[in-house]
Amino acid sequence: MKKEFYNIANLVTKNAKILDVGCGNGELMKYITENISKDIRGIELSKSNVQKCVERGLTVIEGDAEKDLKQFPDNSFDFVILSQTLQAFLDPENVLNELLRIGKKAIVSIPNFGHWKVRLHLLLKGTMPVTENLPNEWYNTPNLHMCTIKDFENYCKQRNIKINLKNFKFQNLFSELGIFILEK
Amino acid sequence: MSEKDKIKTLLVKKPLKLDCGQTISDFPLAYETYGKLNDKKDNAILVFHALTGDQFASGTNPITKKDGWWNYALGPGKAIDTDKYFVIAANVIGGCMGSFGPSDVNPKTKKPYGTNFPVITINDMVNAQYNLLEYFKIEKLFCVIGGSMGGMQVLQFVSNFPNKAHTAIPIACTASHSAQNIALNELGRQSIMADRNWQDGFYEEQNKQPDKGLAVARMAAHITYLSKAGLQEKFGRKLQERDDLKFSFDADFQIESYLRYQGSVFVDRFDANSYLYITRAMDYFDLTKKFGGNLSKAFEKSNTKFFIISFTSDWLYPTSENREIVIALNAIGKDVGFVEITSDKGHDSFLLDVPDFLNTVRNFLNKSYEKI
Repeated sequence: MKKEFYNIANLVTKNAKILDVGCGNGELMKYITENISKDIRGIELSKSNVQKCVERGLTVIEGDAEKDLKQFPDNSFDFVILSQTLQAFLDPENVLNELLRIGKKAIVSIPNFGHWKVRLHLLLKGTMPVTENLPNEWYNTPNLHMCTIKDFENYCKQRNIKINLKNFKFQNLFSELGIFILEK
Repeated sequence: MSEKDKIKTLLVKKPLKLDCGQTISDFPLAYETYGKLNDKKDNAILVFHALTGDQFASGTNPITKKDGWWNYALGPGKAIDTDKYFVIAANVIGGCMGSFGPSDVNPKTKKPYGTNFPVITINDMVNAQYNLLEYFKIEKLFCVIGGSMGGMQVLQFVSNFPNKAHTAIPIACTASHSAQNIALNELGRQSIMADRNWQDGFYEEQNKQPDKGLAVARMAAHITYLSKAGLQEKFGRKLQERDDLKFSFDADFQIESYLRYQGSVFVDRFDANSYLYITRAMDYFDLTKKFGGNLSKAFEKSNTKFFIISFTSDWLYPTSENREIVIALNAIGKDVGFVEITSDKGHDSFLLDVPDFLNTVRNFLNKSYEKI
């Protein structure tokens, strides 16, 4: 399992009620089910990933986070997890609002466009950065709204979203990934 | 052994108050079982059939000599594995495979009920089948499962008996029959009633059968079970055993011949009045009615784990209607999974060899059984 998932799993509390938005093949959900809380379910858009979740015995709802979060009542989960998907939404602001509405806490991770490798790539090569975390070319990337850790912090500040925890050490320049716990 | 003797029947002694106001008792409920009930009695699955199904879900139907309607999904080693699970399937009341239905003889008149049979509902069907749990002394079913009208029964069962099933799999169904579906059912009913042999429903006492009307009803319905893409791929404009058009109303096209065949074989196994009664039950189905339009309330007391399945090309019970059920369950924090299976086989996908569907059912059942 990738390190990011261990980091996220460490942030949820025992037996909490959790929703994993864009749960992929269910790897993180499975780990959490077996080790931290059985009360977890996921939403996933990809049909093949949904099948994998069912194979793993996980509760999964096939659906689109941009449309299908509104069916959940306010504060219906202790944690809502969104791992590296925010930048791929058409309307990330709406998704963030929904996460904070349905979850008491939201755990959000973002690939950091401010990482030094990304900056250096653009500076030296003059082409859109392609890195391990951002492996696509400009014309086929699913990422519509890339941001940096700093951008995201500014965003939260402007909207009075509390950042409870930042799971990275050297911030904007040296973290490839930002993990945040957000609260209204 | 006569063919009818091959039908297992539970005589339900307990009075059952129907939604229409009448009470029935001492009525037959025909059922079949597959696999073995284990000692803990925790491996029982109740299967609900669709409009024209019956209790013979697997193996060979001893009456029609055809494959059971859910042969792809149900049997030893299959998705619903009868080596592992004990499966009960009953013929719905109103049906024509041994359960109390309009072709039964009314003891008072000594004639078949015909259209004097009471109008039944999905609720009545489910309440009748509940007697099977008592008969087999099953405290809690492992699963209730069914597609189309079978799915409606799944929803009704969980609503009526919130703690009697660990899991529920409603497939390709709805919580409230749509105007389009009522319209299509009405088309079928009118076709039957327009047949001169229908005789206001008392055809049996006159030794007549409204076969033409029933066949047309089946033909029309059959189209709704398929998809445009599926039909086009299978038939296109292919001609039936001829090189060119005949400039007549003969079945020039393969699709015409196919539909005519579907209609003709259907009348051999299905009763026209049963078709009227069961389509009526589907049309009357609206699980939200009792709850002021709020579907969530139908499931408030339930602790059942739901798994809802729809198909991309099903335009009769489209994904959107299945999703309504998911939304209603999520709104009250119930345990619900949902999968939309890609298939061009239309509504009938749940009856056919659609590997993604069969694997999904298998995985859900087996993983859920580990946890009970």
